[in-house]
Amino acid sequence: MIPQELKYTKDHEWVKEEDGKVRVGITHHAQKELGDIVFVELPEVGKVAKKGELLGTVESVKAVGEVYAPVSGEVVEANSALESTPELVNKDPYGEGWIFVLKLADPAELEELLDAAGYESLVGGQG
Amino acid sequence: MSGYIPHTPPDIRAMLQEVGLRDPEALFGDIPEEVRRRYRPLGLPPRDEDWVRRHLTELSEKSTGRKLIPFLGGGIYDHFVPAVVDYVLSQPELYTAYTPYQAEVSQGTLTWMFEYQTMVCELTGMEVANASMYDGATALAEAVLMAHRTTGGKQVLVPQYLNPRVREVLATYAWGAGLELVDLPFDEEGRLVLSEVPEGTCALIVQQPNFFGIIEDLSGLKERLGEAFLIVYVNPIALGVLEPPGSFGADVVVGEGQVLGNPPSFGGPLLGIFATREKHLRRMPGRISGQTVDAEGKIGYVMALQTREQHIRRERATSNICTNSALCALAATVYLAALGPEGLKRVVLLSLARAHRLAEEISALPGFDLALTGPFFNEFPVRCPDPGGAVKKLREAGIAVLPPEEVEKAGLAGAFLVAVTERRSEEELSRFVSALKGGTS
Amino acid sequence: MKSGTIYDLGAPGRRGVSLPPLSEPEQEILSYIPEGVRRREPPWLPEVSQPELVRHYLRLARMNYGVDTGFYPLGSCTMKYNPKVNEELARLPGFSGLHPLLSEEEVQGALEVLWELSECLKGIAGMPGITLQPAAGAHGELTGMLLFKRYFQERGELERRVKILLPDSAHGTNPASAAMVGFEVVSIPSNDRGTVDVAALEAALGEDVAGIMLTVPNTLGIFEEEILEITELVHRAGGLCYFDGANLNAYLGRARPGDMGADVFHFNLHKTFSTPHGGGGPGAGPGTVSEPLVPYLPVPQVVKEGDKFRLDYDRPKSIGRVHPHFGNFLVLVRALAYILTLGDEGLREVSLGAVLAANYLKERLKKTYRLPYDRLCKHEFVLSGDSFGEVRTLDIAKRLIDYGFHPPTIYFPLIVKEALMIEPTETEPKEILDAFAVAMEEIAREARESPELLKEAPHTAPVRRLDEARAARKPLLRLPRP
Repeated sequence: MIPQELKYTKDHEWVKEEDGKVRVGITHHAQKELGDIVFVELPEVGKVAKKGELLGTVESVKAVGEVYAPVSGEVVEANSALESTPELVNKDPYGEGWIFVLKLADPAELEELLDAAGYESLVGGQG
Repeated sequence: MSGYIPHTPPDIRAMLQEVGLRDPEALFGDIPEEVRRRYRPLGLPPRDEDWVRRHLTELSEKSTGRKLIPFLGGGIYDHFVPAVVDYVLSQPELYTAYTPYQAEVSQGTLTWMFEYQTMVCELTGMEVANASMYDGATALAEAVLMAHRTTGGKQVLVPQYLNPRVREVLATYAWGAGLELVDLPFDEEGRLVLSEVPEGTCALIVQQPNFFGIIEDLSGLKERLGEAFLIVYVNPIALGVLEPPGSFGADVVVGEGQVLGNPPSFGGPLLGIFATREKHLRRMPGRISGQTVDAEGKIGYVMALQTREQHIRRERATSNICTNSALCALAATVYLAALGPEGLKRVVLLSLARAHRLAEEISALPGFDLALTGPFFNEFPVRCPDPGGAVKKLREAGIAVLPPEEVEKAGLAGAFLVAVTERRSEEELSRFVSALKGGTS
Repeated sequence: MKSGTIYDLGAPGRRGVSLPPLSEPEQEILSYIPEGVRRREPPWLPEVSQPELVRHYLRLARMNYGVDTGFYPLGSCTMKYNPKVNEELARLPGFSGLHPLLSEEEVQGALEVLWELSECLKGIAGMPGITLQPAAGAHGELTGMLLFKRYFQERGELERRVKILLPDSAHGTNPASAAMVGFEVVSIPSNDRGTVDVAALEAALGEDVAGIMLTVPNTLGIFEEEILEITELVHRAGGLCYFDGANLNAYLGRARPGDMGADVFHFNLHKTFSTPHGGGGPGAGPGTVSEPLVPYLPVPQVVKEGDKFRLDYDRPKSIGRVHPHFGNFLVLVRALAYILTLGDEGLREVSLGAVLAANYLKERLKKTYRLPYDRLCKHEFVLSGDSFGEVRTLDIAKRLIDYGFHPPTIYFPLIVKEALMIEPTETEPKEILDAFAVAMEEIAREARESPELLKEAPHTAPVRRLDEARAARKPLLRLPRP
């Protein structure tokens, strides 16, 4: 269930490298824990965030998940499709349910992220 | 035995046995002994129901003010409450339930909340409303906190004519949140004077009608505020004939809903009305009922957008509010449903007509005049050489008005404030005028 | 499709009540309002006759479940019986019809009610100062946090004392209240006995801490046995102790927060003192305070001089008002009637009955459900619904509706997985407790044998399970105009 080519954070986010940029979303495990996603608060394009800064929230009926910047960088895209169809995060967390794209400030920070095996051991194979 | 606790000695023994204890006191063995030892009883014997009823009835009759004819307003008004309102409020399934956490057994509460929200939106001209706050004052304070969270500004423009009690509550909240209240004067009409909107302003408050009963002109205000909030504090009953603040670009409309089917109640419980724009919805405090469907596609209602609230978002919630003023909101719902649009208009027009007639008759008396020249709703300040003496005379004639010392708190000296609702009869109006004629001027 | 609201009913021109006629033409009266301010379009309100109206709201009432309907073990909410004489007394015209802006000589009876209740509550809390203004528990908390702020401001310590410590089992209102006054919230973990980890508390204390907010007993229904050590540690570090009084039913008439080190303690009159919950309110959340905080209490204070009652506004250090008048007066009247009816003996019976009922149910139910903290509880206890595979606590709760009971509080406290928080209160007879236990046992059996029965519950309620996700994704929060 855990895509091998992605990187992960302990906060259950996935990170996909795309040519000096990273695409970010929440993992299958995270969406399952939250349940039916009903609202996604997206960051503003142009916002510059430090690693670990709060960039958005993913809400279900009775819980709020927070989405942090997995690495430092500038928000260059936000998935506006989630505004009208937040359930994409449930249906396709690693694909159409992506949340935002950051332009990397420091590529070295990517090294600090977990790989698929590391994340798998964190969630016990339920990623 | 009070009659409220059913456990007989055999019940207690049987239950203790299941718990594995013999001495009931052992149930409290986890409370430090020295704490229990320090307990001091109140010295109150148990009383029978009839004793309690007599005692409290006596206390209720001790307040002589209950016999005065209330030409007294200042934010709490003596409007007629149809009997059907209390009949509905007395239905046990409605008043002995709590917050509708379990929607399937709370469709009654959730449905009337939805009706209430619809009615509040209609009255205020806003897009969304919550299911109530404690009172108008805290609703206003919460609106200001919401404006601050949204815009980041820390200054709140507050007209001097804002109801002083409401202002005091706002000031307490503002101090807690580190916000600054900036005073705005009023002109001789009694209307707001806004010369500039300082940098860092998060909101302008306008009261409609204001504390002196004067009807404000809201046009053009929002345009001058830009991002800052236009918050309008209303008397909701007046919105039966006044253009709703929503038409003037208000960001939040709050107000004291006591007038809608709730008695004066010595000032509580009251009803905080809160309505806003859809774009501010996720920053709005308080419970909301939302329409949905059940597993069979049938329409039903649930508490919506709970992730804004304290039980989920904790310190990042839009407010700490949990228990609100639900039953008073139900009273407002039943009241408005019983009146309908025509009935509401009638109540307002009767109040308006009687207030204006009395005002005319008072101003015709030598030495008496209206203290402000603006158009007024059902309340107006009266100026005369000896306002204290006039108030005393009215009291002697069995009439209560708001005395000068209370009016002065809003920046108007030497005047008493007169409120007239549809309940004030011809005879009471005449009595008012003759009392003043009795030689004040 | 019909919305089920009153807007489905009626016809143009109908009205539910008779009103006096206008004595002047409508246009003439309307001319008192300047044209630009006059309402152009009437509000869309129902147009129904009185019988239609009454039947509609009675239908809604029948779709609801209240304490008068049956057992309502909603943990942390103390859904006890609401005595009917109190309802009658709150409706006395000398109370409900009294205007709050009359002069103090004219409202002596009402002031006497405030004073009598204040004396009772101060005695019950064992604390010297009180305000009756807060309109609900959370409002009492906010008032308490404002008092903390003023206290540290007066001592010149406000700049550095920025943190409020909160056990991880706290009510959501606690952190929200602290945040409204600008305090930063720091969570303190619970230990494996379900109480505050005193070592962790000690480590968190310092010069930057304004105080702690405690719920006693805590939200697991467990009494903080080390309460005296906890409050002493906080006081020694220069902090203050806030006690959330939502759970007072657990020790009413037997112990006083003032004797445990509380600096502020708020009551929930709609819980402990039997005033009705009203479908969500109004309640009342009076706050009592320790000696050092008395000067900062809201104005006015009711004082007794001889046999007269007076309002004292001359309190220069006060935080100001938190309510425009005297608090939820009619709720206060009910609470006073309740205390007078019970007397000292009755107050003790309340806590005995509440704690006995909770322990009895706990012992019965722990045979079928996982009890994470298996020890003496106070007025409530928390089970976990996590031992039934795909069947979750939500399903158990919904199935209870089919058995004729209101479900307990679920998914709170957060520190118990799949929590079921059960508070029976003292007003339920043993037969009802037994019937509830049997229903819970049946449901546990069904959860194993026919889980779909739970997954699809409720089956007998006015509606089937409602789609909450839909309501949140596309919120419809008012009826659209036709």
